[in-house]
Amino acid sequence: MTAESFIILLYILVLASYVGFELINKVPPTLHTPLMSGSNAISGITIVGAIIACNVLDYGATSKWLGMIALILATVNVVGGYALTDRMLKMFKKK
Amino acid sequence: MSILIQIAYLIASILFIIGIKMLGRTNTARKGNFLSSIGMFIAIFATVIQVEAVTLIDILICVIIGSAIGLIIAYKVQMTKVPEMVALFNGFGGLASLAVALADFWLNTQEKGLIVDQITGISVAISILIGGVTFTGSMIAYMKLNGKVSGKAITFTGQHLINLILLIASIVVTIFALNDFSNPMFMIVLAILSLVIGVLVVIPIGGADMPVVISLLNSYSGMAACATGFVLNNNVLIVAGALVGASGIILTQIMCKAMNRSLVNVLLGGFGQTTGGANQVDGSEITVKEVGVEEAAQIFDSVSSLIIVPGYGMAVAQAQHAIRELSELCEKRNINVRFAIHPVAGRMPGHMNVLLAEANISYDKLIEMDEINDDFANTDLVFVVGANDVVNPAAKTNPDSPIFGMPVLNVEKAQTVIVTKRSMGKGYAGIENELFGADNCLMLFGDAKQTITKLVGELKEL
Repeated sequence: MTAESFIILLYILVLASYVGFELINKVPPTLHTPLMSGSNAISGITIVGAIIACNVLDYGATSKWLGMIALILATVNVVGGYALTDRMLKMFKKK
Repeated sequence: MSILIQIAYLIASILFIIGIKMLGRTNTARKGNFLSSIGMFIAIFATVIQVEAVTLIDILICVIIGSAIGLIIAYKVQMTKVPEMVALFNGFGGLASLAVALADFWLNTQEKGLIVDQITGISVAISILIGGVTFTGSMIAYMKLNGKVSGKAITFTGQHLINLILLIASIVVTIFALNDFSNPMFMIVLAILSLVIGVLVVIPIGGADMPVVISLLNSYSGMAACATGFVLNNNVLIVAGALVGASGIILTQIMCKAMNRSLVNVLLGGFGQTTGGANQVDGSEITVKEVGVEEAAQIFDSVSSLIIVPGYGMAVAQAQHAIRELSELCEKRNINVRFAIHPVAGRMPGHMNVLLAEANISYDKLIEMDEINDDFANTDLVFVVGANDVVNPAAKTNPDSPIFGMPVLNVEKAQTVIVTKRSMGKGYAGIENELFGADNCLMLFGDAKQTITKLVGELKEL
């Protein structure tokens, strides 16, 4: 990675972190659990990296197996996270 | 082709931001979660179309296995067990980030024989370190929350020194790894060190501090994904990871504030274990007034305003549905029923809200501490269900108390307080609760669910 592209990635990191801080600051406590579970599902974005790591043709390669393990785990995180969050949010009702 | 993938990642990032924004409002939350999942789907789809056709089947198998496990857990789990499930999912995400970073490193340095640059190398090391800590830390949190490991703080002498040594060792190993990419041992040792650190960092933290720990680990899993984004030079990982990392930090801060403790204080752990001396000073045992179910029912029958204060004990006893029955019955009698929710009641932020929502209690009846605290003084009856430290007036009056300064619910100001509790056991902080000895406080001993069910039965007959 060149220093220039690293700096660009740092910009993205800083700005996205700022957005994250701003978004969460005003969330009512009622929603803290679904919010945490929902953002937890988003952190499963590492699934994208896992798919790329799986993209090796050699089944003898350590990296391929690491990638496949990562893919299973990340999928549990993503699918389970979104499903659990949805199940919780479905229950929040105002009468 | 590549530009289309980049655009897809950009759309995914936007959907994540909008999704989190909408998750912050009760009427849009569900849609927000849905949008964020669409973003995830777009990101996954854009990645899958660039892989070799032959590996597609491997990817599909892994995704099917992972989805099946995720869906079974998500739909089978009881709502009281949500905190440990979030911890479990979180741990999986952390381990996945570790594995992805290690896989990429392995592919380049071992299988392709390339030399990676220092920035990528450091990113790999950070990914492994944070991912590993997130994994074992979350697993310990998971086991503490479901009782497989004692929820008490586990402390031993030299704990912090060992953690410090391990952290220094990780940095040293990283430096070695960066200087000799051909030797993969260093990164493996780093991975093992990170797993050990994760265990040691979470074991000294007690059960009731779990809201803070889960928030923090959630933040870590985002940071791990973010670091992996630097390894793979992938924007969507950085954006999504940073969003989660930042939001986790904010939630952690909110939790710490609610307990009037600094993050460092929580992380150093051992809360409530070393404070025995300070409480023995007054020496006097608290004498409590017991009340039976029949008598309690008569009190409920005579009031016109009621505030219910739920705590972790309600979750343990699964008493939320019984409480719903009780509140409906009271409302039929024209009693004004509201719920006072302390920010750290339960084992994760907003835990009580989820359980009461599950029991079909309208969320506009759940009032935050700051909004309801002044109302206790003109309330006839407060019903405390399985809460202890969050209603202890010592936090306001006794400077020697370990929880002194923590914001608490002013329940003692109400005309009458009924506390349902299994026994006179102490709360998490291990201290006497002065509330129980107060003149206007009555103790209703028993399992919360059974007691409230009996109470409902009595009330119906009145």
